[in-house]
Parts: sequence; structure tokens; C-alpha cells
Amino acid sequence: MSDKILLDQGSGGLASHRLVADVFFKHLGNPILNRMDDAALINVSGPLAVSTDSFTVDPIFFPGGDIGSLAVHGTVNDVAMLGAKPLYLTCGFIIEEGFAMADLERIVASMGLAAKKAKVRIVAGDTKVVPRGTADKIFINTTGIGQVVANPAPSGHRARPGDAVIISGTLGDHGLTVLSHRQGLSFEAPVQSDCASLNHLTLKLIEALPKVHVLRDPTRGGLATSLNEIAQQSSVGIVLDEPAIPVSDVVRAGCEILGLDPLYLANEGKLICVLPEKYAQQALTIMRRDPLGRQARVIGSVVADRPGKVVLRTGMGGHRMLGMLEGEQLPRIC
Amino acid sequence: MTSSDPLRDPARCKELLVQIEESVKGSSLRFMEVCGTHTVALFRSGVHSLLPKSVVHLTGPGCPVCVTHESEVAAYLELAGRSGVIIATFGDLMRVPGPGGASLKKAHAEGARVEVVYSPFDALAIARDNPGDKVVFLGIGFETTTPTVAATVRIARQEGLSNFLVMPFHKLVPPALDALLSDPDMAVEGFMLPGHVSAIIGMEPYRPLAERYHVPAVVAGFEPVDLLQAILLMTEMKRQGKPKVINNYKRVVADEGNPKARAIVAEVYKPVDALWRGIGTIPGSGLGFTDAYRAFDAFEVLGVELKASKPLPGCRCGEVLKGIMRPDECPLFGKACTPAQPVGPCMVSTEGSCAAYFKYQLDLNTDR
Repeated sequence: MSDKILLDQGSGGLASHRLVADVFFKHLGNPILNRMDDAALINVSGPLAVSTDSFTVDPIFFPGGDIGSLAVHGTVNDVAMLGAKPLYLTCGFIIEEGFAMADLERIVASMGLAAKKAKVRIVAGDTKVVPRGTADKIFINTTGIGQVVANPAPSGHRARPGDAVIISGTLGDHGLTVLSHRQGLSFEAPVQSDCASLNHLTLKLIEALPKVHVLRDPTRGGLATSLNEIAQQSSVGIVLDEPAIPVSDVVRAGCEILGLDPLYLANEGKLICVLPEKYAQQALTIMRRDPLGRQARVIGSVVADRPGKVVLRTGMGGHRMLGMLEGEQLPRIC
Repeated sequence: MTSSDPLRDPARCKELLVQIEESVKGSSLRFMEVCGTHTVALFRSGVHSLLPKSVVHLTGPGCPVCVTHESEVAAYLELAGRSGVIIATFGDLMRVPGPGGASLKKAHAEGARVEVVYSPFDALAIARDNPGDKVVFLGIGFETTTPTVAATVRIARQEGLSNFLVMPFHKLVPPALDALLSDPDMAVEGFMLPGHVSAIIGMEPYRPLAERYHVPAVVAGFEPVDLLQAILLMTEMKRQGKPKVINNYKRVVADEGNPKARAIVAEVYKPVDALWRGIGTIPGSGLGFTDAYRAFDAFEVLGVELKASKPLPGCRCGEVLKGIMRPDECPLFGKACTPAQPVGPCMVSTEGSCAAYFKYQLDLNTDR
């Protein structure tokens, strides 16, 4: 095979078949995928959770992960947040002509490893190669399907006054890693993406605590955006206690340098859990036993006041709104 | 977000708030901050929500995006999309509305080459990588950012890079304060002075505030304790009738400022009259290229001129910037003018007073 991706490899002909066999089957192969039918034959019973997501991250490799592992973790987590056990993924690749074959293999291998860890199978896929300049290196779409095991399923509509709001760990790690890497910035201490599949942790939570009202992974837009969505979906207010919100020193320092707010930065391995306050301690215990929930904290509560709004109680006892961002976060200019 | 930082110590903040409350008893005071980072810090820390009702903290012309004049916006939008021109800008300018609803964001969507940069050095790199194009850096900002831009221009000259140009929209704080205090409509009784700007210019330029205008002023840092100390110092000076200019940010600001940075600026730029949104022309409040560096002036090289422009209809940003009107007192605020559909620049910039009010204020028109 050539060391660069060629248009031939998206043609559906022999070159495509060789690519599928030598790269995709090698790292993602399983009996369902290997049948090579037009569709995957799977046998699952409902209710089902289905989610789709496209991944266009720049840079494609970053400390703590890459576009491949992210494409698995991201969709696995979206499915898991509905109280479901993710089972199968499909993946579609759009690759720019001239992309390095070694990088593609590295990405696909990383997807295989991430799927193995999450205990999901990639059962269908597609590859398109587009002319140089018409896409930025590589884009990946993954669709996930999972069996809902929670009854009722957690949902953004189910937050109620009196619920506690828990976060599973520090915020902003992924967002700052990608942003600083993109800008060629380095900090004294290394910053690393938290990219991980949370489905094993969510399963432990919903099995032990059927009263979980909401599970949400605060990805794009960060904690602030996710909580605003929940407040609006459930028509409740949320009050957060700023000193309780965990942010690592390196992320805090990096954000201060760049004029960014860690509460709006993306996370790829964190979950928000909203459940009645009386179960909060139990939820914390379960989370803290899992490596992905070691730094779990109660960070606030759901209230009846100011429905649809999130209010932050600052360290000195003042209050301010924590709204959604209009666009991207911008660096400070003075 | 826990912090063992004494500058964020809640107990110390409470103490200062009690002292402020006692100091203002029986009077009401109107202070103004003239730095966008202070605007945001006052809200984000919660200080704004905790001040006694009798202390009104207004937002002055301290956001570089907000004070960029309509005609300056029109000038750079004229260049966006011109063949062979790449605009390099800080991100905050991307959404600023210009004539007919144009903006850099829209121009980019229509194919203009616009690059968001974190520093002018990034713009220089773009110029090196694109020798066949003119790279125009939009030089907005106060004394804080100007030395870096001047240093970049100097490097461009050393390297013989003739395709790196700057639109010098730089603004100077002391002349603006002077203009504000000369305005009979102004009723500000104390200034919280910018920390980053003062680190460059030092304390000397502020002397007239106390001597000529008898207004107390405090150079402040950005932590909650910094902000409250500055407010307390202003209330005390007001109560005692002894206005002074105090440097309360000595850990960063030397009284003499940063002479080296000023020297670089003086080599590249000279003071010129400048247009400020909502205020108009303020003599000596801007910077233009010295003769030695005229080859880097985008206006001159690309034949662009500032043209008289109509203010945005209904926009009251000017009155907000002068502290005559609170953002939520503007009839457009939160209705016709929101961060999603900004009419004026104070709603666009992350450091704009209207954007800060919209984003952080709990209950507009009821809370302060």
C-alpha cells in the first residue's frame, strides 16, 4: 500500500478493499463487521438509545487521545447518558487525499483499543476519500446504539428542585489541551485530555441508584452550557457553589493566561449526575471508587427559583449568572 | 474552585465590604472602572452583586473593541475581501457590526481571508508564509497591547518584510480620562484605574486626575480583594475630601511603569488625534506611525481612508461608555440588542459593559 491515501482508496474497487482489509479489519474486525454485507445484522431488543456525532478535531493527535479514540468515547458516552448499555457503533470516514497512511492506521488502532475498553463493537463502516483541499485531513462520524437499562431513562427533562448536582471530576482538561496544542502553547505542567468512555461508570450508578434523574456529559460548551440546557429542559433553576467546582491548577493557570473560562471548555471524560439530594453521598461513593470518578464533587443544587437559569455563588458570597456563550470563547485582548 | 489565595479570601472580602458600607454611610457614590478586564472581574467575582446600593459602579471606555469607532470598523471591512489581502485580528473584532450589518465573520463566510490570532507575532508568521499577499493586522487596544505590536513592526522592518501592515487603531487611556472629566455631563466621583495599562505607563500620567479634577483614583489589580480595596480607598478619599492617585497594585505596577516598552512604542508610533466611539475625536489619544515606519501603515500603503460614518441607529453605546447611562437603561438592551444580534459594540465584545451586564447580572433592572 502507498504511504499516502489516494483517491483510488475511496473508489469502492480493489484499492478500497485492500485498505479495508489491511487497516480497518486489522484493528476493528469482529464477526459482524467481517461479513461485509451492505448492512450489519444485529439482534437487540428495545428500548434503545441511538446517538450520532461527527468528529473534526484539530489537532488530530493531542496529549491524552486522538480523533479516533475521541470518536469512540464521544458516542459511547452520549448513548450511556441515557442510562443505556452501549453495544454497537458504526463509523464513517472522510479522508483528504494525501493523508498519511501511518496516521490513518494509528487513528484506527486507537479506535479499536477504545472500543475494546468500552466493550462495544464497530459493526459497520464507510470510507470516502475527497480531493486534496476539500476536507481538513480526516473527519470521522460515529453512530452508537445501546440498550436502555434504566427505567425510567435519565433525561435532561427530569431535574427537580431538591436534586443535587454532581460532577465526576475536574473541568476543562480536554478543551484546554486541544486549544493550547492548536496554538502551540505549552504550560509548566503538562495538560492532558480527559478523553474516556464513561459507560462502565454510568452502569454502576444506574444499577445502584435507579433514582438518577439526569446524566449528561459536558462536552462542547462545557459544564455551563450543559447545565443551562438541563435548567431549560426541566424548567428549573440551578445554583452552583463556585469553590466546590473542581478545576486542576494547570487548567486554571492556562485559562487565566488565555482569558478563558474553564466552565465553558469541553470535557470528554466527565459526567454530570443530577439526583435527589438524599442519594448524593451514595452516588459520590460509587463514583470515587472508579478511576474516572476519583475527584467527584457535589457542586450545586436544583431549585425552583429562576427557571431555566444557572446562578453561580462565588467564593466571596456574591452571585452571578452563568449563561450560555453566544459564540466561541475568545482570548482576552487587554 | 477552591483557592488559598489571600487575594480571594472570602473572610477578607467580607471585612472590606463592611468597611465600604461604613465609609459610604449617608452618601451615594458613582465610581467608574476604565478597563474591560475590571468590568468582567467585578461581575465574575460577585463583587458587583455585593456592593451597597449607594455605590454605583459604572463602566467607562475601557474595552478596546467598544471604543473602536464606526469609521474604523468600516475601514477594515473595506479591506476584508480585497484581493491579495489577509486580515489578521484578535477574535473580539470578528462580530462587531459595521455598515449595513457587515462584519468580519460575515466577510469570512463570503470568502474573505480573515485569520484570528492570539498575538501580532502570529500575524507576522502569516506574512512570512504568504509573501505574495499583504497581511493587515488590526491594531486595536490600549497601552497594554501596543508595545507588542510596535515590537512586531520593528521585527518586520529588521526582516525586510514589506507585506506586514498594521491598521493603527491604538488608543491611549489618559487623554480619554481627561476628555471624560472635561465633559459637563459626567458625574463620576472616582476612577478604578486599569492595572495592565498602568504597568506600561506608570503613575505620572494620572496626576491631573487628583490635581486638576479633584477626583480620587486607584490603580487596581483584578482579584476580589484588589477590587474591594480600590473601592474602599475611593470611598475613604471621597469622605475625607482628599483626592489622590494611589497605586494599589504595586506587585505588578511600578510607579515609573515600563520605560523599555514605552521606548519601543515611541520609536514606532507618535501620538495623533483619534476617534472614539460615542465620544468623538480626542486630541492626542491615538497613535500613528512615525516617518521611519510609514511603510507599515496599512492606510497609506493600501490607500484606505477613514470616512465619516453614520452612527448605528438607536445605539447608545456612547452614553454607556461615558457612564451617563447604565447598560440596562438603554432602550435597546436585551431587546433589539443582545449578544446574538448585537446593535452596538458594547454588546459584542467579551469585555463590553453591555455584554457583561447581559451575561452576569441576575435580575436586570431590579438588582444593581
